[in-house]
Amino acid sequence: MNDLTALAQNETAAALPAQKISARNVNVYYGDKKAIDDVSIDVDRENVTAFIGPSGCGKSTFLRTLNRMNDTIPSARVEGEILLDGEDIYSPDMDVVQLRARVGMVFQKPNPFPKSIFENVAYGPRIHGLARNKADLQRIVEESLKRAGLWDEVKDRLADSGTALSGGQQQRLCIARAIAVDPEVILMDEPASALDPIATAKIEELIHELRGRYAIVIVTHNMQQAARVSQRTAFFHLGQMVEYGATSQIFTNPRQTRTKDYITGRYG
Amino acid sequence: MSEARASIAEPAERAPTDWRAAAMQRRLRRRYASERRFRLWGLAAVVISAAFLAFLLFSMAASGIGGFLRSEIALPIDLKSAALPVKPEQLRSRGADFALASAGLENFVGVAVVRAFGPDGADLVADNGWTFVRDAIKRDPSLLGQRTTIWVPASSALEAGARGDGPASMRALAARFKASGALARGFDWAFLTGTDSTDPTAVGIWGAFKGSMFTMLVTLLIAFPVGVLSAIYLEEYAPRNHWTDLIEVSINNLAAVPSIIFGLLGLALFLNTLHLPRSAPIVGGLTLALMIMPVIVIASRNAIKAVPPSIRDAALAVGASKVQVIFHHILPLALPGVLTGTIIGMARALGETAPLLLIGMRAFIVAAPDTLTDPATVLPVQIFLWSDEVSRGFVEKTSAAIIVLLLFLLAMNGLAIYLRNRFETRW
Repeated sequence: MNDLTALAQNETAAALPAQKISARNVNVYYGDKKAIDDVSIDVDRENVTAFIGPSGCGKSTFLRTLNRMNDTIPSARVEGEILLDGEDIYSPDMDVVQLRARVGMVFQKPNPFPKSIFENVAYGPRIHGLARNKADLQRIVEESLKRAGLWDEVKDRLADSGTALSGGQQQRLCIARAIAVDPEVILMDEPASALDPIATAKIEELIHELRGRYAIVIVTHNMQQAARVSQRTAFFHLGQMVEYGATSQIFTNPRQTRTKDYITGRYG
Repeated sequence: MSEARASIAEPAERAPTDWRAAAMQRRLRRRYASERRFRLWGLAAVVISAAFLAFLLFSMAASGIGGFLRSEIALPIDLKSAALPVKPEQLRSRGADFALASAGLENFVGVAVVRAFGPDGADLVADNGWTFVRDAIKRDPSLLGQRTTIWVPASSALEAGARGDGPASMRALAARFKASGALARGFDWAFLTGTDSTDPTAVGIWGAFKGSMFTMLVTLLIAFPVGVLSAIYLEEYAPRNHWTDLIEVSINNLAAVPSIIFGLLGLALFLNTLHLPRSAPIVGGLTLALMIMPVIVIASRNAIKAVPPSIRDAALAVGASKVQVIFHHILPLALPGVLTGTIIGMARALGETAPLLLIGMRAFIVAAPDTLTDPATVLPVQIFLWSDEVSRGFVEKTSAAIIVLLLFLLAMNGLAIYLRNRFETRW
């Protein structure tokens, strides 16, 4: 009838290699308040998945459960199962530090470290021992900055502070920082909402280029953006995932009334 | 939606506001007047506190400057006729002091004083005057075969006379000596290099200064790591529950506990239970460390709290462990605040007297401490002790010591500002 029931019927699909992350019956509580209500979703390995929905619908909260960033909030509690390549990320055997290296994150507000551009990108590889020597580290930094489309703008001033860059450049630096630890998944929490249209376009272009190499999940409140960058879209409302499907289908032919109302601007 | 809009009654048409009306102008004038008044009150507060500070500094400088000066009197002495039984090679050896003392130099200088200044001459020269003759001979052994003049410190009575203080007879005497060029005032290096004494002309602050430095060293080495680690633990690791609430309240209260209570704690803990040596910088330092630790904990916690959470998120998201987040990101960013708090605490410890009195640091100590367990005193206690002395000569020595203490404090605060700026502009 809808994607949710289809998913439920086709449970075995979760084990297929096309699914990078599969979440089953996830509930998230902040204290007594239920922020996420029974969400099940599969995130594709090769595609960009967008989470859309009005403010406070839980899309960011759900994103943060995918790399356990909610662990830092003492009152947050997660129920259900989230599998990364079939491995339960909330099992006691899972090392959170390694999980966050495998599942990188880019935040709404650009948050470079108050250190040099080079240090910003080199920090992750350094703490995980990804570079054998200095030259290796420099190569990783250069490659990451190139992949984030920032190299040409900063190659002559790698020693300058990361905070001295413009907002859009800072955000691409944060993406380079996430790329540098060679993650499998990149989570983006409204990565362009604090940026001007030109910087936003650059970030969207970048997401296109990164697709395929990393599984990407992007939270956005900008529906045009979701339509432009993603192949799969999930619509969240009041802590529930209302509908999940191909982006083209969600935007042109939503099956749920709530999705349709949101897409057509009736609320949100 | 449309029903909701209909239910709101249409408000009555408002008359256009007349911004030029008299009532409006009055309100404006009142507003400006109150702003001017507030500015004046603020300015007055600043002026009053600045005036008090200026008065303190001026009065200290005026009365203390004399403490750095010393009157010396020219003592004609015929060392040839003394024929002291001292061999020149003895003067170059380490036993020179002993050789000269046992040769009766002190008595001979006493005789020379009486010969030069009359039967009451001993009142004009400081008690330790002969040691200056001794040191002069040690510098130049050829003096032993000469008639010469050696400058020795004047007694505190003559010193007062030279300042225009004390009995008229002494003032006249000082004026006469000065006129004949036999009395001169100069910078008293011995005040900076000497130690405590019963004779105000012979006192120095080096002993107390060194004691203060040793004490501060112990305080810093204990209070800084313990305070900062406590702050990190409480901010980053401790769960939020009744116990941590209790600890937080206790720390805040400890920061406000009168310092003399910490003296009692130090007495009970370090002296009576752990049997550490009395009057030693190590005990003083430990006691003061207990006293300033709450200050450091509070300042460090605030500095850690002020680090933006986005930096924490950023570090966690690239897979930094908690310790890495703290030591690579949080602590470096919090460091200026941590250092400021530490140095404010240290400055407070440097000026503290009461707790040190209780652990025995008020003893009269003539030797500067060489180790942390030697008996010592500290600058503020030295000031307190001198201010209690009966002899008039101690008045300006007290002020001079206060000047030294203030300069020490100023240097520490300067260091705090330097460190803060240095670590803030590093990124």
